[in-house]
Amino acid sequence: MSLDQFLQYLVSGLSQGSIYALVGLGFTLIYAVTKIINFAQGEFVMLGGMLSFVLIRSAGIPMVPALLLSIIIAAAIGAIMYVLAIRSAKKASGVSLIVITIGAAILIRGIAGEVWGVDAVRPPFFTGNETLSFLGARIHPQALWIIGTTIAITIALHLFLSHTMLGKALKACSVNPQAATLVGIDPRAMGLIAFSLAAALGAIGGVVMAPLTLTSYNVGVMLGLKGFVAASIGGFTSPLATVIGGIAVGVIESLAVGVGWGPFTSEYKDAIALVILLLILLIRSGRLAAEERVS
Amino acid sequence: MRKWFYLLLAALILAAAIPLAGCSSEKADKAAYKVGAVFSTSGGYSSLGVPEQRTVEMMVEEINDKGGINGHPLEVIVYNDESDSTKTLALTTKLIEQDQVLAIVGPTFTGGSKAILDAVKTAEIPNISCAASVDIVTPVADRYWVFKTPQTDVQAVREIYPYLEEAGITTIAIITDTSSFGQGGKKYLDSEKGNYGISIVRDETFTTGDTNMQSQLTRIKGTSAQAVVCWATDKESAIVAQDMKTLGFSIPLFCSHGVATKAFIEQAGDAANGVILPAGKLLVVDEVPKSDPQKKVLTEYRDDYEDIYGEGTVNTFGGHAYDALSMIVMALEDMDEDLSTKDARAFIRNYVENDIKDWPGTGGVFTMSPTDHLGMVPGSLALIKIEEGEWTWLQ
Amino acid sequence: MLARVRSKWTWLAAGLLLVLLILVPFVSLLSPYTGLMIFIGIYTMVTVGLCLVMGYSGQVSLGQSAFFGIGAYFSAILSKTYDVNPWLAMLIGATATGAFAYVVGFPVFRLRGNYLAMATLGLGIIIYILFRQLGQYTGGPDGMAGIPYLSFGGFAFDTPFRRYFLIWGFCLATLLISQNIVNSRTGRALRAIHGSETAAESLGINVSLYKVKIFVLSAVFSSLAGSLFVHHLRFVSPQPFDFMASVVIVVMAVTGGLASVWGAIFGAATIRILGDEILPRLENLATLKAWHVDYLNIIIYALLLILVMIFVPQGLFLGLKDAIGRWQPKLFRKGSKS
Repeated sequence: MSLDQFLQYLVSGLSQGSIYALVGLGFTLIYAVTKIINFAQGEFVMLGGMLSFVLIRSAGIPMVPALLLSIIIAAAIGAIMYVLAIRSAKKASGVSLIVITIGAAILIRGIAGEVWGVDAVRPPFFTGNETLSFLGARIHPQALWIIGTTIAITIALHLFLSHTMLGKALKACSVNPQAATLVGIDPRAMGLIAFSLAAALGAIGGVVMAPLTLTSYNVGVMLGLKGFVAASIGGFTSPLATVIGGIAVGVIESLAVGVGWGPFTSEYKDAIALVILLLILLIRSGRLAAEERVS
Repeated sequence: MRKWFYLLLAALILAAAIPLAGCSSEKADKAAYKVGAVFSTSGGYSSLGVPEQRTVEMMVEEINDKGGINGHPLEVIVYNDESDSTKTLALTTKLIEQDQVLAIVGPTFTGGSKAILDAVKTAEIPNISCAASVDIVTPVADRYWVFKTPQTDVQAVREIYPYLEEAGITTIAIITDTSSFGQGGKKYLDSEKGNYGISIVRDETFTTGDTNMQSQLTRIKGTSAQAVVCWATDKESAIVAQDMKTLGFSIPLFCSHGVATKAFIEQAGDAANGVILPAGKLLVVDEVPKSDPQKKVLTEYRDDYEDIYGEGTVNTFGGHAYDALSMIVMALEDMDEDLSTKDARAFIRNYVENDIKDWPGTGGVFTMSPTDHLGMVPGSLALIKIEEGEWTWLQ
Repeated sequence: MLARVRSKWTWLAAGLLLVLLILVPFVSLLSPYTGLMIFIGIYTMVTVGLCLVMGYSGQVSLGQSAFFGIGAYFSAILSKTYDVNPWLAMLIGATATGAFAYVVGFPVFRLRGNYLAMATLGLGIIIYILFRQLGQYTGGPDGMAGIPYLSFGGFAFDTPFRRYFLIWGFCLATLLISQNIVNSRTGRALRAIHGSETAAESLGINVSLYKVKIFVLSAVFSSLAGSLFVHHLRFVSPQPFDFMASVVIVVMAVTGGLASVWGAIFGAATIRILGDEILPRLENLATLKAWHVDYLNIIIYALLLILVMIFVPQGLFLGLKDAIGRWQPKLFRKGSKS
């Protein structure tokens, strides 16, 4: 492929990967604080995009307030999910919690499909639809928005976690919940904040992404999976590795499609991320086996 | 807590039992004529299935308000196959065995229609399909029980190609959906090209449900194609149109009759302008001359539909359902009242095959025969260009 | 085997079930529902496998429909495109699926909880994508038709009536085998594993091996169900094997009861009846009021999943049994486990 095509695919990969990174950060955050894998994480991305479309197009709210409102509503839904579903399952076993979060994910998706229908929708672009020219490649301004937002959020999250009381409290919870309680931190309140924050992160991703890639009620599953891949790469503990992982997945996907060799078109593209996931899990599994043999 | 849960469950079951009891308060004097319909009102083909269902509901209400068919109320049992061909088959079987319907309208899409060919044949029940591919009704000998009302893919191709020839376009790129509909279109785009001096320089595909065709289009951009022909339904075609605009294409886009719905224009936005497609005359009713035998049917259907659902909502897909159900109703009107289910099904089939002659429907003028289960003459499609968000007829 | 089915009430219930099953195709009120019962039978086979995996080894498998699909496509492609005897094709399919589950099982089951769930989810989706994309072999997104019936010499299973008995025969065999396993040494080993893996290990139980065994068994059951599925419809397409299908199977398992073999029938029946009979009628009623309802089924399944898991985690079947037991303690005195 030519240089301008390569650039095009690279930028496309960077922007897609940024979304995966944001979803992955959400996973990491919730897991760190509550040790739960929230299968509904991808759905918050969907909600962000869908809500922004509905608020701007149907309710006629101006763009910036609509975007903020979308994120807030998504965060609220995350909070509600935590209170109603997670907290209620008090003595829940591992299986139960997984099943419950899956149920929540499906529920959100079903309601979205019901209320908003199946059609893919496109909220308005942040800064218009004129592609920019760079070294012969046509790059869409929205893609730059996506990448920029992700960088900003990652930095903000890092600052939040290490330099604010609340952030430190969250981290304390993840390290040792019992010790945290002793110091006066309520793990359940922290859980609530983690869920809401993770939902907000997902929604932010959805909001910046939707104008470029369209969104519909069922985009949550694959986004959730790919975000999970990103979080796995980060071991569910390192935000930085998560972001790098997410971007890597996005870039690999995009370049594979760009090369255009037979299988790497359309749907097989999703399989790439899944194969990466399975490879990571395989490696992890292999490591566990090695540990078992040693012990 | 648990008690509430069980109570809720019991309430849900009771609530569900009410529709199961299937009570209708009015007792009809005569038994209802039951017709079955399978439409894709959700999933990838919902833009086609929803108007089909709405049309059928509209027709049923109108007919029953006038006292039914020879005093028998008409009941159309509609199932949603969710654009899933396995469900299409399962639901068709249900209509045949459980609901004992006399005929089946639909399915909406080619994949589903092909899926039920065997079942319909074994059960010996007439099926008037609302799907596009000509393979549904050919070879006719094998499709004894199957008819269809939409124009075929090969007819659509034969509308587009002459236009291209006249415009001096000799090289094109095609981009098609991997579904039966898309591949049917591709097959005929390929087989017909020689007749019009056209060569296909690039052949790309995507899958139903994809939301980004930029890689495929980028590869097309690098070729000498003078036009792009896209064969898919509205959602994917809209994305192709949008992506072409984003990538800065200057060559025209031609679409299949699968985009003959306002939903396409809404989804593609600005990018829809300039797109050319073949479609039934329903989209340009007002431009149809009074001398056209279809004028009356078109205008009436359009007015009735838009009265209920709003201006500009009429599309050819609802029209296909209208044509299909109308044929069945005509057969029922002529039918003896005491036939067994088996005989009734055979009667309807025979009627549709032999007694529908020069009948003006919304899709065209139909003349069915034992050798032609589509029965539409060329010229039933109009070549339409989208300008400023409106359909305009290119005559 | 018979000695392991204990209390007389279990016998009575089983007998009643058998009578009902035999009656359905004959009684004119119920015979239109033969088709529905066939689907219940098929899905029970898939569900019971998942119940064993989730209930007894405590692991979540979100890719069960992949096995269902592999069996289905093997049967379809071998018997239609390559003219292989359908029974042989079914056997080959089951063997291939079992082998696949075996190879995949070991690495997958070393992972825990969430990772395991994601791994099965990922695998399931990859296989679904293969079904859709390998069009030359599988017929692509719109599938392939013309799959032959199963037959014995001249006797073909070409009516719903005949297939009903064939499929329920398979289904009951599957349930009996599962019940057998539950009550056997393997079952006790699995329960030990579920209780505490470390403790089980210390007792000398090869945890991984047992988990994989049960995984393979569930895969084989699902594969057989898949084969029966395509020989019933004579058609195959990828849709019944997608992610949502796997979720629905989980819903069936959870509703019936994760640690309950006979609950699998209950779960499969409830969801099929809900999805095929009750919800479409509700949807049609709503549509008549011009209120378009399409995703009611997803919403109801999601609610079932969440509510059952929170309030009745042992599943509705056992939950109802417990409720009746509390109401009438004498009925289940022997404490028979179903």
